[in-house]
Amino acid sequence: MIRNSILILLIAGMAWILFQEFSAYHGADKLNSISEYYAKNAPTETGAANLVTAIVVTYRGFDTLGEVTILFLTAAIIGFMISTGKKTDRKPEQSNSELLETASNVLLPILILVGVYIFINGHLTPGGGFLGGAVLASAIILWLMSATGPKISHALLEVTEAFSGFGFVILGVLGIVLAGGFLDNKILHLGTFGTLLSAGAIPVIYSLIGLKVGAELSKIIIVLNQTQGEEK
Amino acid sequence: MKYFNIEYISMATGLFLFLVGLWGIISQKNIIKIIISFSVLDTSIHLILVSIGYIRNKTAPIIDGVVSKTDAATKIVDPLPQALVLTAIVIGVGVTALMLTYALRMYSENKTLEINKYKSLKW
Repeated sequence: MIRNSILILLIAGMAWILFQEFSAYHGADKLNSISEYYAKNAPTETGAANLVTAIVVTYRGFDTLGEVTILFLTAAIIGFMISTGKKTDRKPEQSNSELLETASNVLLPILILVGVYIFINGHLTPGGGFLGGAVLASAIILWLMSATGPKISHALLEVTEAFSGFGFVILGVLGIVLAGGFLDNKILHLGTFGTLLSAGAIPVIYSLIGLKVGAELSKIIIVLNQTQGEEK
Repeated sequence: MKYFNIEYISMATGLFLFLVGLWGIISQKNIIKIIISFSVLDTSIHLILVSIGYIRNKTAPIIDGVVSKTDAATKIVDPLPQALVLTAIVIGVGVTALMLTYALRMYSENKTLEINKYKSLKW
């Protein structure tokens, strides 16, 4: 009982703090100075039509590098924690339904195409590397669940991941050598505003991020899938 | 009544979900439920951040037919919180996956998910 009353007190106190926050909140009616700088200068400086992409990949590109590193560490730790040592190809306990197998054959190429489209067009349309990578990973889930067609190559996933992560850092360092600073996108020509081949290195960087995120998430899913039915 | 505008509604929802998540983390006994509560709390913070950056009657921060390069500063919502939330979502996925992995490990060691039954962390 005393535990519950402490809990209620804590939640009530937190609710009071949050209520103060809410009553002090008023909707903004114009951009603050940092965002105004981004809105005015980002289209000409980076050549990207999507300002969120311009911020994520160039102005705050270092954040994104850290984020990709965190995702890599997560995948590595999960692989380390779950590694069973034994490489057994367990048969699924019941065979897949006809619906799942047929649907996955139809959907897999479309899902992969959509994922690639999303991260290639990250500088023009909503979306980008992270979303595209998540769509690619969802394609891998479908592949894994339906278990039709060839097996997923772990080596290919690892090569993709290593190559894209390394390429990301190399592009960043090239920015120091050839342009203004780390992850500067002007190492390639900015091109015509609003076309696919524009915004300098942003499409390249975002594609690498997309491949890396897709590979990391797929690795997490594959590792977690290996533990299926283990505790029986 | 200004509180019926979308930014106030989403802000209030975000703060309420924050409370729900916090309550779940403190009060629940099952590890999986704690992880779900954490995800609710995580999402509430995304909602709060996005509603801070929202400006009424403005459009998405993408230069296209509606927004031109020159008048972008007067026509778009704040792009910065959106970029931060994009980062936060991915980190949230990683953290949730990691927590589920730990839960899996703890289950295989102790054969239970109820935190009351764990003796090793008590003093």
